[in-house]
Amino acid sequence: MSLIIHYLWLIPAVPLVASLAILSLANAWRRSAAALAVAGQTAALALSAVAFLPTLQTHGFRAVQNFTWFTFGDNALRLGFVLDPLAAAMLLMISLVGLCIFVFSIGYMAEDKNFVRFFAYLSFFSGAMLGVVVANSLLLLFIFWELVGLASYLLIGLWIERPSAAAAAKKAFITTRIGDMGFFVGMLWLYNRSGTLLFYDDGKGCLESAGLAMLGASATFIALLIFFGAVGKSGQFPLHVWLPDAMEGPTPVSALIHAATMVAAGVFLVARVYPLFSLGAINGVTSSLTVVVWIGVTTALMAALIAIAQADIKRILAYSTVSQLGLMMVSLGVGGMAAGIMHLLAHGFFKALLFLGSGSVIHGCHSEQDIRKMGGLRRFMPVTFVTYAIGMMALSGVPFFFSGGWTKEEILHAVGHWPPSRAPYYLMFAGVVLTAFYMTRQIIYVFFGNSRTAAKQAHESPPVMTIPLIVLALGAILLSIVLTPAWPWLHDYLTGESVHFEIGRLIQPMLFVSLALVSAGIGIAVWMYRKAGVQDGDRPADIDPLEHAQPALFRFLANKMWIDELYARTVIAFSWIAALLSDWMDRYFWDGLVRGFGAIGQVFAMFTAGVDERGINTGVDETTVGARGLGRLMSAAHSGQIQIYLGIVAIGMLALLLLYAWLA
Amino acid sequence: MIAWTIYITFGGALLLLFLPRVFARWLALLTTIAGLALGLAAFIHTPVVDLAHFTTIVRVPWISVLGMEYHLALDGISLTMVMVTGISAVSTVLFSWDLEHRQNEFFFWLLLVVAGCYGVFLSVNLFLFFVFYELVIVPKYFLIAIFGSTNKEYGAMKLTLYSFFGGMFVFIGILVAYVTAGSLDLNQLAQFQFPPQLQWWAFPVMFLGFAVLAGIWPLHTWAPTGHVAAPTAGSMLLAGIVMKLGSYAALRVAMNLFPQGFQLWSKWIAVLAVIGIVYAAAVALRQSDLKFVIGYSSVSHMGFVLLGLATANVLGVSGAVLQMFSHGVIAALLFAVAGRMIYRRTHTRDLDALAGMNLSHALPFAAFTFVIASAASIGIPGFSGFAAEIIILIGAWKTYPVAVWITGAGMVLVAAFTLRALKQSFFGEAGSSVVRMQEGRVALDPDWNEQQSITAAEKIGACLLMFATLAVGVYPKLLLDRIMPAVEAMRFLKSGG
Repeated sequence: MSLIIHYLWLIPAVPLVASLAILSLANAWRRSAAALAVAGQTAALALSAVAFLPTLQTHGFRAVQNFTWFTFGDNALRLGFVLDPLAAAMLLMISLVGLCIFVFSIGYMAEDKNFVRFFAYLSFFSGAMLGVVVANSLLLLFIFWELVGLASYLLIGLWIERPSAAAAAKKAFITTRIGDMGFFVGMLWLYNRSGTLLFYDDGKGCLESAGLAMLGASATFIALLIFFGAVGKSGQFPLHVWLPDAMEGPTPVSALIHAATMVAAGVFLVARVYPLFSLGAINGVTSSLTVVVWIGVTTALMAALIAIAQADIKRILAYSTVSQLGLMMVSLGVGGMAAGIMHLLAHGFFKALLFLGSGSVIHGCHSEQDIRKMGGLRRFMPVTFVTYAIGMMALSGVPFFFSGGWTKEEILHAVGHWPPSRAPYYLMFAGVVLTAFYMTRQIIYVFFGNSRTAAKQAHESPPVMTIPLIVLALGAILLSIVLTPAWPWLHDYLTGESVHFEIGRLIQPMLFVSLALVSAGIGIAVWMYRKAGVQDGDRPADIDPLEHAQPALFRFLANKMWIDELYARTVIAFSWIAALLSDWMDRYFWDGLVRGFGAIGQVFAMFTAGVDERGINTGVDETTVGARGLGRLMSAAHSGQIQIYLGIVAIGMLALLLLYAWLA
Repeated sequence: MIAWTIYITFGGALLLLFLPRVFARWLALLTTIAGLALGLAAFIHTPVVDLAHFTTIVRVPWISVLGMEYHLALDGISLTMVMVTGISAVSTVLFSWDLEHRQNEFFFWLLLVVAGCYGVFLSVNLFLFFVFYELVIVPKYFLIAIFGSTNKEYGAMKLTLYSFFGGMFVFIGILVAYVTAGSLDLNQLAQFQFPPQLQWWAFPVMFLGFAVLAGIWPLHTWAPTGHVAAPTAGSMLLAGIVMKLGSYAALRVAMNLFPQGFQLWSKWIAVLAVIGIVYAAAVALRQSDLKFVIGYSSVSHMGFVLLGLATANVLGVSGAVLQMFSHGVIAALLFAVAGRMIYRRTHTRDLDALAGMNLSHALPFAAFTFVIASAASIGIPGFSGFAAEIIILIGAWKTYPVAVWITGAGMVLVAAFTLRALKQSFFGEAGSSVVRMQEGRVALDPDWNEQQSITAAEKIGACLLMFATLAVGVYPKLLLDRIMPAVEAMRFLKSGG
């Protein structure tokens, strides 16, 4: 048990506290805000590095620290933190990539009037994500998971002047919320079966054999429900629609969301609760994992196809993220847990690099995002170009030199050994070709050819932005060292095996397959787009060659396969109609009923009033009139003359006497 | 000592009638702070074990022939309710700080409502309970009818009639209990075995009577209209505390007295609760008046309370009590923003009109508060709503797994309508003709001046509420340790729960 486990909570706490501190700053205190955020993130990085050390010493290191949130009767809802290779590797990646993004943002957001607020949210986001990674309880993970969602909502909607930003923020939140509710229900189900939400708890946790044994057949459903949460967060089909729209936020936010944090959370979640998915596996196959594979395959291919026809520099990257996440899911699904996480870690670096690079391009082109209006930027922005090209090659999976190449090979290798079907294997081949294709297309449009409209005044970004790019680019390359089959350090670190160096393993057949695929993708793209950016003039690029060849297909892809429209016509229309109906019911039916009862009451009141007025009241009136008449009559007798009184008395007496005599 | 919450508040109300109006708001503030302080003192000083049972604090004979006593008691549930009353009351006064007309009268009615609520939450004797319960309705009527806005007479009348309608059923239930058991003492009645046949019909009569005030579907329609018609302080009290009178009484009286009746009917309560959650959320999605959105969200959130009660296990019921606290605070916050921060300054609550004002620039603090309140309302972890809802749903899973699934769908709708309201009211499209940019600040109308920025009183009130929801959200143990033993002491729990 290492000492750091007791302080593990500090890793998410420091950025969160920094966030609160920044939030209390006035708008003018820009330097302090940035300083606080960077300091918080640096502290998190340092702590992560300290936490990383003990995991190196023993294979399969795991330390937990649990505490009670609240108790009820004999039960308790407990939360906790865990440190294991998975968490430690993720911590390092998130805090390091996050730090690069933070520094980059200082330059990128320099002119923005929401500067202070931006850094507060950024720190909040980072803290929440670090919390997801170190959580040792599904509930605590869910708590941080939701905070990540809240932070992304705030960040995507940061540029509130743009209505599209507010709409995108809303869409992102609600779409992921749909997934989260699956996660939530799955969590409740799990708790009901196993009585604990702790992952590891000295053999009693829900991921340990005793806890898993209690799940039985429900494990499949629980796993799938939790996976639904991951589908939402990691932008998998069919909940991927929010991710490209989330590009409305500032570019560093896109980098953070798409590389280091939010989307990684879904893949991480599946990896974290992997025992739930693989419970009762035969040959490493379970029905829940099969679902993961096919969702991943669908997502990877669909997103790669859509990316081909996009013109917005950030949207292309967004769809590539969706596609890569699909690839990671496939890897997890076929049992290549380590390969999936390795790709996630590598992806964190090169995707952050690409997004920040695109940010640098956008910054240099004065907020232009349309690649058809750029071109020739390699002359104006050399640093951005070189680093971007490195990121592009890592993403495309160019073998040998780039981290993405190694991890992709690892994944392909794992997919190739999946017993149920060979289809995902070949479909992933297509995915690799497509990725290389659209990234080449993008880079040709942006950096090659002649400068078009937006690129005329382009300039290189300041060092505060380019240095993070260089750091990330180095990361994208140097990470390869621990990824090669000759020395698969990261793989064995994650799986808890001891690593051996063996140079003979370096060259694998997959390397050549991969090389062929990537070359094919790049080659086709270069051939197709060789003339795309050459024409001169102050106008955007000509019609896309692909559009020229296949206009209908291109439109289909450019419009994102009309999935948004499909949802608008079905799910959204349905809930809108349900809302309409409920509103109508409330306004007219229920309220009508109430008013109806009121009306009945009023009718009844009118009736009783009538009875009262005509019947009772009249009766009473008549009676009173009669009484008054009688009174008048009597008052006549009431004359005050003794003689008459005596006379009446005498008559009365006489009458009584007669009565008495008659009765007797 | 906690009985003084009632006396002080009543005393403050009476004193208001004699003091000049300059003192009115200060007196009201002092009175409510005293109430909150007494609640806090009891919270800190009463040992947790003493809160497991409804422990007598004051007992004075009244009309002993009829079993009427002045009898107050306290347990964890009551204490939680007293706390939320105190918090809501203080913030309500703060949000009524710059009221312009008839201040004495306004605060008089307001304090009467608060005092009545304290009374209900502490009463043991059913007669006393009913007196306080009905006492709340009258000042509510005046608060809405005199100081309200949109359609106020209709709203006030509807609310009052609904309340009396419910009260009638409650009265029948109380009479039945008294005639059968010969006592009005809740603690004694809770030991009495009512015949099952009687419970079968007496429970729904009494429960429905109370549940009307808790906004149970389909007897909820008073709530949105009432909330909209009420002045901000009225909505805050109405949603914050008065709706809780209904759910609290349903738990304390109806369920506790007629446990078998409750168990027979509980699944139907769950059905109504779940319909309420989803249905109200759907209706809220369609509203164009911000206050209507919040009004329906209250109905939706109260659905969680009813669902929690219907689970009949410790977890669900405790979660329901926690949700009463949570919703009291969050609803007060939401109404404060909608009614006070927005409406008073813009004179509109129409979401389309607000969308053109870009209010987040004019009123950044209000925007911040509304974001927090929305997050809490959606059930983001860290706020009390999440803690309450997850406890309710863990409890509900044991009894009604299907309800959890439907509720999950409902929670997506809650997010949808809340974010819609948030976006429209604060983060809408700028550049409408209503808005003029003046030196970087947005002018809303020609009368716009410095006084229209958020006042210190409003900030303090909002911070108090935000603090309450955060504190309980991060550390629900604070309240749960006090609520759960009290719930465990009740006899309606299903075995094994």
